[in-house]
Amino acid sequence: MLTLEPRRRSSTLLQALTPVLAVLATMVAGGILFAALGKNPVEAIRIIFVDPFFDPFSRSELLVKAAPLALIAIGLSFGFRAGIWNIGAEGQFIIGALCAGATALAFWGTEGTWLLPLMALAGMIGGFLWGMIPALLKIRFGANEILVSLMLVYVAELLLSALVSGPLRDPDGFNFPESRRFHDSATLPIILQNTRAHIGILVALALGPLAYAILHKHVFGYHVKLLGTAPRAAAFAGVNTKLMIAACLGLSGALAGLAGTFEAAGPVGQLVPSLPVGYGFTAIIVAFLGRLDPLGILAASLVMALTYIGGETAQFTLQIPAAAISVFQGMLLFFLLGFEVLTRFRIRRVTRATS
Amino acid sequence: MSALLSVEGLTKAYPGVLANSDISFEVAPGEVHALLGENGAGKSTLVKTIYGLVTPDEGRMFIDGTLFEPRGPQAARAAGVSMVFQHFSLFEALNVAENIALGMANPPGRQELSQKIRDIANAYGLSVDPDRLVGDLSVGERQRVEIVRCLLQKPRILIMDEPTSVLTPQEVNTLFTTLRKLSAEGVAILYISHKLEEIRALCDRATILRSGRVVGACRPAEKTARQLAEMMIGLELTRPLPRLFTPGDPLLKIRDLTVPASSPFGTTLKSIDLTLHKGEVLGIAGVAGNGQDELMDVLSGETRVKGDAIRLEQREIGALGPNRRRMLGLLAAPEERLGHAAAGDMSLADNAYLTGRKRQRLDYRGFIKKATTENFARAIVSRFDVRTPGVGTLARALSGGNLQKFVIGREIMQRPGVLVVNQPTWGVDAHAAATIRTALRDLAAEGTGVLIISQDLDELMEIADMFAVLESGRLTVPQRTGSLTIEEIGLMMGGSTKGAVQDAHA
Repeated sequence: MLTLEPRRRSSTLLQALTPVLAVLATMVAGGILFAALGKNPVEAIRIIFVDPFFDPFSRSELLVKAAPLALIAIGLSFGFRAGIWNIGAEGQFIIGALCAGATALAFWGTEGTWLLPLMALAGMIGGFLWGMIPALLKIRFGANEILVSLMLVYVAELLLSALVSGPLRDPDGFNFPESRRFHDSATLPIILQNTRAHIGILVALALGPLAYAILHKHVFGYHVKLLGTAPRAAAFAGVNTKLMIAACLGLSGALAGLAGTFEAAGPVGQLVPSLPVGYGFTAIIVAFLGRLDPLGILAASLVMALTYIGGETAQFTLQIPAAAISVFQGMLLFFLLGFEVLTRFRIRRVTRATS
Repeated sequence: MSALLSVEGLTKAYPGVLANSDISFEVAPGEVHALLGENGAGKSTLVKTIYGLVTPDEGRMFIDGTLFEPRGPQAARAAGVSMVFQHFSLFEALNVAENIALGMANPPGRQELSQKIRDIANAYGLSVDPDRLVGDLSVGERQRVEIVRCLLQKPRILIMDEPTSVLTPQEVNTLFTTLRKLSAEGVAILYISHKLEEIRALCDRATILRSGRVVGACRPAEKTARQLAEMMIGLELTRPLPRLFTPGDPLLKIRDLTVPASSPFGTTLKSIDLTLHKGEVLGIAGVAGNGQDELMDVLSGETRVKGDAIRLEQREIGALGPNRRRMLGLLAAPEERLGHAAAGDMSLADNAYLTGRKRQRLDYRGFIKKATTENFARAIVSRFDVRTPGVGTLARALSGGNLQKFVIGREIMQRPGVLVVNQPTWGVDAHAAATIRTALRDLAAEGTGVLIISQDLDELMEIADMFAVLESGRLTVPQRTGSLTIEEIGLMMGGSTKGAVQDAHA
């Protein structure tokens, strides 16, 4: 029989290397998977992990995919550190996009630099309020925030479909379920010529150090960490647990809403039912891959963006099925959590003593 | 006399500290052998090595002359070594027999096991009912369950880690009777304690440890407690001087406070009344589980009550949270060092910030002032002689006594108006305990009202001006400490004779 027993001391070096090891293990396991599909594993791994860096368009697309992941994951990391599990960032992302999009459509055709900030605000408030639903239910009734936030994703998806088929539908759109395309004042400025790299990337980049400072230097981050590591000590320190539940779910909701805003006002440019592509779920992996640290998350979001971009390329060059990307991302989380356990525990063979 | 257990040159190093260095001693069959030493002297590491929880770097152990290299507690138990830990591992929601069955590799049937438990209990004068829920048992009774659990394995060597720290004087006597009977049957007992009088009364021989080394061996009965203490800590004890007590103005008042238990195993506080004066040390005794934790939470502000139930200098504070109370001068240090008074995974500096934040102004607009916080932590470390490589060290890495000095010191350094402490010297060595007690007395001398909740009667006798007992959630009327004998108080604590309490008041 095998058992896990706690290591007397866990190496900090090993802990820091966990994400790297997880990525390497994913490459190996992914290679085996591709080989089993009859593809050249080395070529597949090269296409996914290496080639995107050598193509200018792919490089900018990396940033386009990494930005929403980083925004959402940074928001989630606060809650995860405090032991508050928001699994429904995807829903908050959708509601954020919806609120920002509705704002853009309400002012359709109106020029002004104030419109984008207003959309961002609307998106953040939308995501925040969507996050408040599981927060209030948890505070008032002790409802499990994991279930409530997850279920609300499906509600948000249906709400998006309903609205783009109804009130927000493009009047000149031949009844397709999609909104008008946003006009220029409601579209994010591009920061790299001839790419889709938009200003939201800079926001995500700036958020990293800001969140780092709040997590490690501000009383809010201190309370988040205290609540996660020693809840009774947090009560003793005077931390208001209910307020923290609301703050963590609200913060991650607002940032997911902002990411949704950027997605709608950036690469997509309108509201469509296919707007959500799973960033809200993938960001959970990104948060852990970045060791719940804002700066680590910035790096992790790029790695995860690679699997999207490279995976897409692999799809049409090697005819690898689309599900392979999801499998890849799933493997990454699996190896990450597995190695995490092994840095703190070791496996020992136990022979059952019979007395 | 041939040795049952002999230990030769055991050495165990942890990062930054040599826990055991070349330790050798022998224990004969039927001998009660004391391991005496301060916190951090290496006693725990040593007994954990013998019990198979720690693998030594160097050195060998022999049982009956055969090499003994336990690879885990199971192997140690198979070789006849059993251990009763300071902190019990019992499930409150299960009954005694179920708890004992959980620890066995091949538990016998219910009836058979219950009978075995009763047989052992009767043979050794340990009254334990196998069908009772552990949640309903007192600390002393729980310890008996742990001892029965060990005895069922028919051990040849029994290790007892600080067994008397939570017992009433009567319970200590019962325990000693049991241990002497075991010893008469040839069981060797390794007895760890700070309580020097107990060691003198019970133990045949003692091995004294300091900083991981053996610094002496003796027959405790031939030494005075003072001589033993000096061997152990290598310097003379500073005992606080008894002093005359004249109560100052009332500081903290609790009036008719009733708080229902928050969990099935909690205790309801029933119409608590007390007044704490300036410069007074009020000791609240009682066996754990009689409302101590609940009273502590009510005082620290973790449990909110009606505003007027608690007053601090006429101000209603019952409904205020911990931070508001700190700002008004009411500070507290709970019993659990790790996880309650301090966060184990955080540095000492971060833990200094935990309660010092507002009163010491350790942040500006919410941003932690790193240098100020570290200086505050360093001040605690230096004034209370906390042994640590630095204030960046994790709280978890400190020994219990050192962390306790830090936790109590953190509150004392903030010059409280009222300080509430729960078990301030639990599991702390004699030297650290004396430091903490002296600091608490000094604080009272400066006018602070100090409320000490403790199960250590000697401690309360030593430093409390006024004395009360918390039993089943009720608090007796505080008495002048000198007015009662230890025996009377022990009976009050057990709650066995309500009459004694009444008589004492009369």
